[in-house]
Amino acid sequence: MDAVAQLRSRTIVLPMVDIDTDQIIPARFLTTTSKDGLGRHLFAYWRFNADGSDNPDFVLNTPGSTGCQVLVAGNNFGCGSSREHAPWALLDYGIRAIISTAIADIFRSNSLKNGLLPIVVDEETHAWLIENPGAEVVIDVAASTLTLPDGRAVNYPIDSFARHCLLEGIDQLAYLQQHDEQIRNFEETRSWTP
Amino acid sequence: MSHSSPKTLFEKVWTDHLVKDETAATPAILYIDLHLIHEVTTPQAFALLREKGIAVRRPDLTLGTMDHSTPTTAFRSFKDLAVVSEGAANQIRQMQKNCDDFGLELHGFDSEFRGIVHIIGPELGATQPGKTIVCGDSHTSTHGAFGALAFGIGTTEVGHVLATQCLLQRKPRTLAINVSGQLQLGVTAKDVILAIIGQIGVDGGTAHVIEFRGDAIQAMDMEARMTVCNMSIEAGARAGMIAPDDQTIEYLSGRPRSPRGADWDAAVDRWRALPGDAEAVFDRSVDVDGTALQPMVTFGTNPGMVIPVNDPVPDANGNPGFRKALDYMQISPGKPLSDVALDVVFIGSCTNSRLSDLQQAAEILRGRKIAEGVRMLVVPGSQQVKRAAEKIGLDKVFKQAGAEWRESGCSMCIGMNGDTVPSGKLSVSTSNRNFEGRQGIGARTILASPMTAAASAIAGHVCDPRPYLEGQ
Ligand code: SF4
Repeated sequence: MDAVAQLRSRTIVLPMVDIDTDQIIPARFLTTTSKDGLGRHLFAYWRFNADGSDNPDFVLNTPGSTGCQVLVAGNNFGCGSSREHAPWALLDYGIRAIISTAIADIFRSNSLKNGLLPIVVDEETHAWLIENPGAEVVIDVAASTLTLPDGRAVNYPIDSFARHCLLEGIDQLAYLQQHDEQIRNFEETRSWTP
Repeated sequence: MSHSSPKTLFEKVWTDHLVKDETAATPAILYIDLHLIHEVTTPQAFALLREKGIAVRRPDLTLGTMDHSTPTTAFRSFKDLAVVSEGAANQIRQMQKNCDDFGLELHGFDSEFRGIVHIIGPELGATQPGKTIVCGDSHTSTHGAFGALAFGIGTTEVGHVLATQCLLQRKPRTLAINVSGQLQLGVTAKDVILAIIGQIGVDGGTAHVIEFRGDAIQAMDMEARMTVCNMSIEAGARAGMIAPDDQTIEYLSGRPRSPRGADWDAAVDRWRALPGDAEAVFDRSVDVDGTALQPMVTFGTNPGMVIPVNDPVPDANGNPGFRKALDYMQISPGKPLSDVALDVVFIGSCTNSRLSDLQQAAEILRGRKIAEGVRMLVVPGSQQVKRAAEKIGLDKVFKQAGAEWRESGCSMCIGMNGDTVPSGKLSVSTSNRNFEGRQGIGARTILASPMTAAASAIAGHVCDPRPYLEGQ
């Protein structure tokens, strides 16, 4: 994972609540053995018409959304399945951060492992962002702040270890492997064996 | 044993698996006792292992199956499998190769134990109380019915477990859901969990591990308990658990991977000590009156949009998301769902494809025919379930009623293998997700119990199963 320290971008807004992983990346695109190319199918049900043409009403197909890296979405974004294809699809498309009032557990965990920033903010900040698509925001990972165009910086919660890994681009597998001796010790001394 | 503070079931299992406890700066390192794998969420993890030259740390604690993109039509050999796409075929081949190369037990097409990952773990006796169990699949919560701590993980974490048998985890909070009283005839585990999700919402369990408790839960058999825990994730919970008891122990007795002899006795002693201490405290608790529950059906595009089977669909009341869901479903508020004609009925999925689910559906269908124009698919959860059902003639009941009887797999729950609901068609399904497009592009899904699904297949519209049960 590459290190992420700061992100400055205009926002795209998807106000719907409970956007599930089947909407982010429908199951029929999961018959892949790679992580690449999933951005093409991001939000496929909403983004394309039945004949495969672009749905001009969907926000990703509007001119203003080009180059936006921050997605503001309704409450409980990423609910549903554990598919890591959801953050892979968002990242492959070019989205680097999700802002909502709540983000589903497994999706959040998967996002952090890939450098996609899950940002949970209070309802008032969220409501403002929903009403102001295209607003330019700055996310500072070290300070755990989201700065709005008026200069107001809002703190967002993040696990300190996850933040450390984002800032340093740390591979959590390597961290686990460093504990090999402790893992072996656990295996050898536990009171029962599975 | 330390004389520490009273613990819940979850806390006992959690503490028992800490390689390293969490601190403010670092998450806990949690040891995993059973890693279930399937073809869809593992290829990228195996690719990483190959790239880094890492072996699987504990092949003996890893168990594989093929279920998601596999066909459910009958076949004689791997060669004449009607795999839906080159992508799916490649995934299946890759899974076989990965398990061969890394020395992992795989229940592939030649195994009589093949089936949906969450069905075969318990069937084989690999799922046991007090274990930590993970899988790259959110319905891993199913295994919590045995008093295991079981949850879904992403593919990066699948790689972590393959390589180190451990995960980095923050300790979740605890939520007790007490379902009191006796359920009415015709009200099943599926109705209980749908009602709970309706009550607490699809994010009501976020960051929590649920423990389901109370008379109604204790009275359930293991298969019903699995149905309840299975859909914990639909309430946003990290996991769902039920304390092990006599039924749990009886279910596991004599299964292929259950301990034997003196090991069995020691395991039973350990399992008996797992239920939460009487004084243990939960972070939150919710009470549900089991006696008041009705058969439940969903009407929208998430499992929290749910009503008793005969109730009118509620009004959107200006809520745009709600209205969008009703538009997608082509359902009008103020009317009961029985007003809408249905096209497809699916009985299957890790929620409701065990023998008792099929029996409940078959009892209603016995000697009856499904409505004209309705396509009904019955997909057993595993080859073992299939054989057990055929032994007692359930396949004949389904076929005589006009339904299709298939090989095991995820099938129309997720529509990855070609079993899909056509666009715009309405399906009553015993699966767990009614998301837009879940069962196929443009498919409209109503979630229900096997009894309600069977009654609806006969009626040709959503139908209360209780009248069919009278006199039984
Ligand atoms: S049956 Fe459905 S929910 Fe269960 S594992 Fe398969 S796809 Fe997932």
